Amino acid sequence: MNSVTNIQKYSIHDGDGIRTTVFFKGCPLKCVWCHNPETQRFEKELQVDIPKCTGCGRCEAVCPTGAITMLEPTAEGRKSQLDRSKCIKCGKCVDACLGNYRVLVGREYSVDELVKICLQDQMFYEQSGGGVTLSGGEVMAMDSNYIRQLVKRLYREGVDVAIDTCGQAPYSNFEAILPYVHTWLYDIKAIDNEKHKRYIGTGNELILDNLKKIAKTGARIFIRIPTVKEVNGDTESMAAVIDFLKENDIRPAQVNLLPYHSTGSHKYGKLGRAYEAEELTAPSDEEMQSFVEQWEKAGFTNIKIGG
Amino acid sequence: MEERGMNARIKALRKVSMETQPHIDLERAIIETEVYKKWEDKVSLPVLRAMVLKEYFSKKTLYLGEGELIVGEKGKDPQSSPTFPELTCHTIEDMYIMNDRAVVNYTVTKQDLKDQEEIIIPYWKGKSMRDKLIAGMTHEWRKCYAAGMFTEFMEQRGPGHTCGGKNVFIKGYADYKEEIQAAIDALDFMNDPEAVDKKDELEAMLIDCDAVMILGERYQKLLKAEAEKCEDPVRKAELEQMAANLDVVPAHAPQTYWQAIQLYWFTHLAVTTELNPWDAFSPGRLDQHLYPYYKKDTKEGILDDERALELLECLWVKFNNQPAPVKVGVTLKESGTYTDFANINTGGIKEDGTNGVNAVSYLILDCMDEMKLVQPNSNVQISKKTPHKFLKRACEISREGWGQPAFYNTDEIVQELLNAGKTLEDARQGGSSGCVETGSWGNEAYILTGYLNIPKIFQLTLYNGFDDQSGKQLGPETGYAWDFKTYDELWNAFTIQLKHMVDVKVRGNNVIEKLYAKYMPAPCLSIVTNDCIKKGKDYNNGGSRYNTRYIQGVGIGTVTDCLAAIKYNVFDNQNFTMKELIEAMDDNFVGHEEIFNMVQNKTPKYGNDDDYADDIMQDVFRQYRDEVTGRPTMCGGQYHVDMLPTTCHIYFGEVIGATANGRLAKKPVSEGISPEKFADTNGPTAVIKSCAKMDHCSTGGTLLNQKFTPSALAGDTGLENLASLIRTYFAMDGHHIQFNVFDKETLLEAQKHPDDYKDLIVRVAGYSDYFRNLDEELQNEIINRTAQSF
Repeated sequence: MNSVTNIQKYSIHDGDGIRTTVFFKGCPLKCVWCHNPETQRFEKELQVDIPKCTGCGRCEAVCPTGAITMLEPTAEGRKSQLDRSKCIKCGKCVDACLGNYRVLVGREYSVDELVKICLQDQMFYEQSGGGVTLSGGEVMAMDSNYIRQLVKRLYREGVDVAIDTCGQAPYSNFEAILPYVHTWLYDIKAIDNEKHKRYIGTGNELILDNLKKIAKTGARIFIRIPTVKEVNGDTESMAAVIDFLKENDIRPAQVNLLPYHSTGSHKYGKLGRAYEAEELTAPSDEEMQSFVEQWEKAGFTNIKIGG
Repeated sequence: MEERGMNARIKALRKVSMETQPHIDLERAIIETEVYKKWEDKVSLPVLRAMVLKEYFSKKTLYLGEGELIVGEKGKDPQSSPTFPELTCHTIEDMYIMNDRAVVNYTVTKQDLKDQEEIIIPYWKGKSMRDKLIAGMTHEWRKCYAAGMFTEFMEQRGPGHTCGGKNVFIKGYADYKEEIQAAIDALDFMNDPEAVDKKDELEAMLIDCDAVMILGERYQKLLKAEAEKCEDPVRKAELEQMAANLDVVPAHAPQTYWQAIQLYWFTHLAVTTELNPWDAFSPGRLDQHLYPYYKKDTKEGILDDERALELLECLWVKFNNQPAPVKVGVTLKESGTYTDFANINTGGIKEDGTNGVNAVSYLILDCMDEMKLVQPNSNVQISKKTPHKFLKRACEISREGWGQPAFYNTDEIVQELLNAGKTLEDARQGGSSGCVETGSWGNEAYILTGYLNIPKIFQLTLYNGFDDQSGKQLGPETGYAWDFKTYDELWNAFTIQLKHMVDVKVRGNNVIEKLYAKYMPAPCLSIVTNDCIKKGKDYNNGGSRYNTRYIQGVGIGTVTDCLAAIKYNVFDNQNFTMKELIEAMDDNFVGHEEIFNMVQNKTPKYGNDDDYADDIMQDVFRQYRDEVTGRPTMCGGQYHVDMLPTTCHIYFGEVIGATANGRLAKKPVSEGISPEKFADTNGPTAVIKSCAKMDHCSTGGTLLNQKFTPSALAGDTGLENLASLIRTYFAMDGHHIQFNVFDKETLLEAQKHPDDYKDLIVRVAGYSDYFRNLDEELQNEIINRTAQSF
């Protein structure tokens, strides 16, 4: 629980100003297009960049469980092969790799450690109106106590905290940190529940319900819509989101339409998984622009393409 | 090539400036030789030097370009580079090399070769400053110099490194003459043992005043004659106005904005043809100096913003018309560029400490944006009082990717100057010139003396003072790397090597300083620099109000990572032994992949906001700073440090074998205070924080390069974040930051197809240059700088 895949400094697409974004590992949803697949599972994972592997065999030599074997050379040269069922994620092969091609993803931090790192760029936050964004994976699916302590500590240090969430977590988790969070970056993927189940792997009831409750408290919300042509990249889907917000009197401070991209697809191979969203596409620039106009016509302001 | 400029006139002038091949021009050298032949040993040296300038300005070929509004060239025409045989007497072989070399070449004609061989070489061979200087050095100095432990700035060029103050814009040369005469009249021949020397110097200044006024009169006549001939009524009126301007300047104080610019340009020509001082000469706070004239003229209705901008663009062309004096040998390696480092700072604060940004500041930004020229080097000074609008506009231009404007921190510069003993008012009127060097403009001789190869000093430390590259013992015998039982022992040995090399360098500097004081006075620069007239002393002899000498440290990123690699792997974690590391370095890490991997990929490095490495950087910095700072100079000043490389990090890298941080043999060392390439992996905020741990206020300038991909700075958000990044660095007392904004792919394409990228300008060190004019190693170095993109 509570492990982190990456801490990204000078993060400029996850809220206001210059930020540090902490990516937690583990997510209750399974969006087929996820561009950070290393953040989907809660447990540690070993990432191996096979195309770059030079076949030196140093990883095989240090592996205590015999999970690594060297394959016969092919046209691409000699490569290592990992039997994930035998891997105990001890990290010895990571240290031995000469090229940084093996990475053990998922590191646990104490609240103190994390706060210390997050405060390193405080002067940049203060100058730019930035802060810290907790993201993932799904930050709200982490241990609620841990996250509460973390958020509270950051708040007390004067750091602007944003939570980047998919919304799929018990409302009590949200309630616990509401007073300390400046901005909620809240994803809506599909109002059509059938589509939601099909592409996300679960229904959207809890997600929408949490959003309504958070909005009622007067929280500052950025609605973020990962826009995929086949899923929600059409006028009707946008209209459904707009109607939902209007019906529930939710007035987001900003709406970000995030065009789908497949830049994360190469990561699936490193994790020994297959990318199953090959058929998905991004709307054209013109279509994205027309969605912006659709939102503006509906009376919303601060509609942005991208983060 | 792309045409730029606000109108047809500027476009045409810029085109000539851009498309003319730099060429050498011996007119000055020939005239100088005649003067020396006739007068050497008959008059005092200052007077002899002044007579050279007067004779040159009386006889030189005048150039008047089509449509020009500001007149005057150093040589016969644009892109002429006069030579200075009194400093460096080029051999015939030198002349062939400068003509034939692939980059930074200067055309040499057959007639030039003939003149060099028949007139210049016979007189100057063996008596140029370069000859005197090398002869004056110890065996030890020569050995270290040859091995690339340091460079020597005055080896081929004169000291200078300064900017004009207010005087340059408010006094005419007839005014200066009155002041000089008064100083002569006040000399005390009864009691002052230096009175005779002072008289010689002051009389030389009088001659130089005449020289500048003669140039003005000659142009005035030429313009009148051209106006009479001219049939185009618009141009005719312009020529008449230009001639009328020369009735006022350079003899008298300017009355208008136009005259003020013309006056500056004559002073620029005089200072840079009297000697060939480093960093040319710069107008200091151009925006603040021009503003009173701008205000008055616009009020009177004789100037509008369009004409004000046009005159600035004409001035920009003039700067760009002057290539740097020809350099050869090591001097070319440390400074391989046509750029002469004239540097214009815009913005900042006024003498009274209030915000200095005015309407002319914005015009200058428009001018640099429109003109996109590498000369003058255009930069902005940002203080906490600078309006956000100004910073944002500067960011907008900088985002275009070509490195201008770079950003200087006014408030930090004031602290530097106060720390070095300036009054508050003089400190506020200071800034950075050349690349990033700090001085009090109009008041100070702040001379760069050469780069110090700190990574190579560390390398000597590992080999008992022996240099494996030159095969010579260059430092004291402080033991071999494997003799050190602790990190502290290694550190102590390094401090001894460092002290030794600074001693060698400064001992040489002191001789050179005296040689210049004796043989190469610069009376014209002395006229315009405060207190030289009052003291009756030359700029090169301690005449200025303040006198500072800098030594520029190179490679702090590399040294820090070397020390960190050893501390972390050998002493703290025992990953391998010192002997194993040295063997790996001796083999350039071939066959030592594990060690290479550990030092390259698994060791804390400078530039990541990691105190393990950054603490070491601070130790190295303090040791170097304290070793240099406060040492006395020969003319009554003090030494300080700068942290900048120009192109020297390439040359210094070429003379160092593989280093402990995994840098391979002959590869460049780190530049400025930037991290070693590939070392910074935590983004720009981490780089900035690491760099800010250095105490910039105790230096005379530091240089930080950052490279961004265009997408990281896109949109208004990108601009705001860039502005925030700069403000934060400056709040932490960072001195300077500059940006390249290119995709690596673009640069690789430009390397492959230089003809398709003729206009591509990149930031090198404290200046921008055409990518095609850089040698391949430097191109690679820029391509490989870490690009920040998120």
